[in-house]
Order: sequence, then structure tokens, then C-alpha cells
Amino acid sequence: MILQDLIDLFAGFFLSNLLGYGGGPASIPLMYREIVTHYQWTNDTEFSNLLALGNTLPGPIASKIAAFVGFDVAGFGGALVALVATVVPSAVLLIVLLRLMAKYRHSPVVKGMTLLVQPVIAVMMMLLTWQMGRTSIEALGWWQAIPIAAIALWAMEKRKIHPALVILCAFVYGGLVVPHI
Amino acid sequence: MKGHSAKKYVQLAWAMGKTGILGYGGGPSVIPLIRHEAVSAYRWMDDDEFGETLAIANALPGPIATKMAAYLGYREKGVPGAIVAILAHILPSCVAMIALLSFVNFLSHSPVVQGMIAAVMPVIAVMLGVMAYEFAKKAYQGLGRGMVVVFCAISFLLLQVVPVHPAIVIVLFLAYGAVHYRLLGKLKNKAGGEAS
Repeated sequence: MILQDLIDLFAGFFLSNLLGYGGGPASIPLMYREIVTHYQWTNDTEFSNLLALGNTLPGPIASKIAAFVGFDVAGFGGALVALVATVVPSAVLLIVLLRLMAKYRHSPVVKGMTLLVQPVIAVMMMLLTWQMGRTSIEALGWWQAIPIAAIALWAMEKRKIHPALVILCAFVYGGLVVPHI
Repeated sequence: MKGHSAKKYVQLAWAMGKTGILGYGGGPSVIPLIRHEAVSAYRWMDDDEFGETLAIANALPGPIATKMAAYLGYREKGVPGAIVAILAHILPSCVAMIALLSFVNFLSHSPVVQGMIAAVMPVIAVMLGVMAYEFAKKAYQGLGRGMVVVFCAISFLLLQVVPVHPAIVIVLFLAYGAVHYRLLGKLKNKAGGEAS
């Protein structure tokens, strides 16, 4: 049972990070697919909370998600397995392939591959946005979810307020106001 | 000699630990901090080599900060150096994440915490939306408008309507990406040939 969990954790995080081109954030929709849709380790709400708290803490996002989900599923051993699956394959690839890639970096083959993954990641991210938007409307209702989203967008994009601060403000609102409605 | 060697590990752990704790906003935002440690503070490599390594790391999958930490550690001290650098970079934030989320889950029956978790969801949706836009913009800069629309539409069809596993979709796009520029060149030549 526990061994199966560890194998699942390894497979899930290995796959989602090996396919994520463009750093940790590119792996988020792929990790969502493994964590929520496939293995159902958490639901939408918990995954959103994972991203929220992950963004208020420093450090790489992919490894923070892996550490917590691994820990939640199978304790410290689970955290270790999920972390290894997340960071080791790409680190080994870079070390082993650096010389070879340095030679072919300007080759149109390598450039084209990195470029063509971007539309897929963009669409997956968009689908995840849609999913999260729907779940938050279910949880809060239109009249709360839409203004919070609008204010968050304005604060982060127009005012350039740091996302961690916007998340903290949402936590404060949720703690003080939402339980009384 | 041995003292010197131990000092390198301490430097690696200190530099990568610091960047892991000070880097807010995920891996990509931490790159300038790593560059500062590697190039300005410890002079492990010059700016050109750092830029070159970063470009290659970006062409490979997976989290970017841990790839850079691993390479810097490996370059200085081989495999043990890589392990020390990665652990120093991710361990503090991972431990904090597990502690914080375990605490929140422990309190998850309180209506206050439930309210907090609900209220943050629209913010996360917006953040994901902004990320989607940024990935689309990157694709747009490389492909142009017409092709972005076509490739996004194909991805959408495959991912959502058919639906195919994302791994397969990404592998398909990678395979096409490998011949994309050559195909484009051929098309251009043909068009040029017909015009003249």
C-alpha cells in the first residue's frame, strides 16, 4: 500500500516536471493533472490553498508543492520521493547534456521544440484558470468571487503589488468577513 | 587543501540557502539572486558563462532554480556539491511549507480558516490566468499571431475535446517543434520561388 503510494508519487511528479518547459510555473497545470485529476490526492480547494500558501513562502514553487503533497500522502518518505522526482531528473539532464546542448543551443531543432511547447502550456494554464474560477464561484458566489478576482488583477497587474501581499489580503478578508455572511 | 574543500561546501550551502529563502515568487524570479551569488559574490563563473548556462537550462524541462543550483554545485564540487546546493536551496522552504500547511489543515474545521481558504481562490485563479497570458505571449513572440491561434486551438481540441493525455500532446508538439523551423524555411523558399 505504502509502496504503491511512493511509486505513484514518483511517477506523478517525475512526469509533470519532465514535461514542464519554462521553469516551475509551467509544471503547475501538469502537477494539477496528476495531483487532483489523476491520483486525487487533494481537491480543487486544497490545491488552490497549496498555491496560495506556496506563493506566500519563498523558494521554488514546484519543490514546495512536491514536498507538501508527498508528505501528505506518505509522510517524510513521501516528501523525499516527490522531491527527488521533481528536481533530480532535470538537474541530471542539465549536467549531462550541458556540453552537448552548448553545441546545439542555436540549432533550430532545439529552439523549435522549446517554442512549440509554449502554446500547450498556455492552454493548460487557461483550462486550470477556468476550473479554479468555477470552483471559487461555487464556494463564494458570483458577487464575492468576481470582485475579489477583479481587485486581485488590478492590484497585481496595474499597481504591481507583490502577489504574496495580495494573497495575505485575501486571507484577511476571508478570515474576517466570509464566516459572517 | 581539505580546509579549502570544506569551505567550498559551506559557500555553496550559504549562497544557495540564501537565494532559496530570499527568492519570492518561484524559481524564475530567483535567477537574478543566483546570478549575483555565482558571478559577483563568489566568482564561480563569469557573466557570459552564467548566461550561456541559463539559456541551456531554459531549453530543458523542470524547475529552473534547482537546475541552476545543481549545475553550480556540480561545477564546483562534483555530485556531492550538486546535492549540497539543491538541498540548501529547497530544504528551508519545503520544511516551512509542510509546517505551515499541516498547521492550516489542523485548523481546517474552523469557519475562519475555511473562509480564508475560500477567499483566496479567486486570487489564485487570477494568478493562473496571468501566467496563461504570459505563456501565450511568449508563444506569440516566437510564432506570430496566426500560428499562435492555430496551435492554441489544436492544443485545446486535443486536451479538452478529444481528450488526450497532456504528456502525449506535449510530445506531439515537441516532435513538430523539432522540424518547425525547417518546414518554415522550406515554405518560405517555395513562396519565394513561385513569386520570382
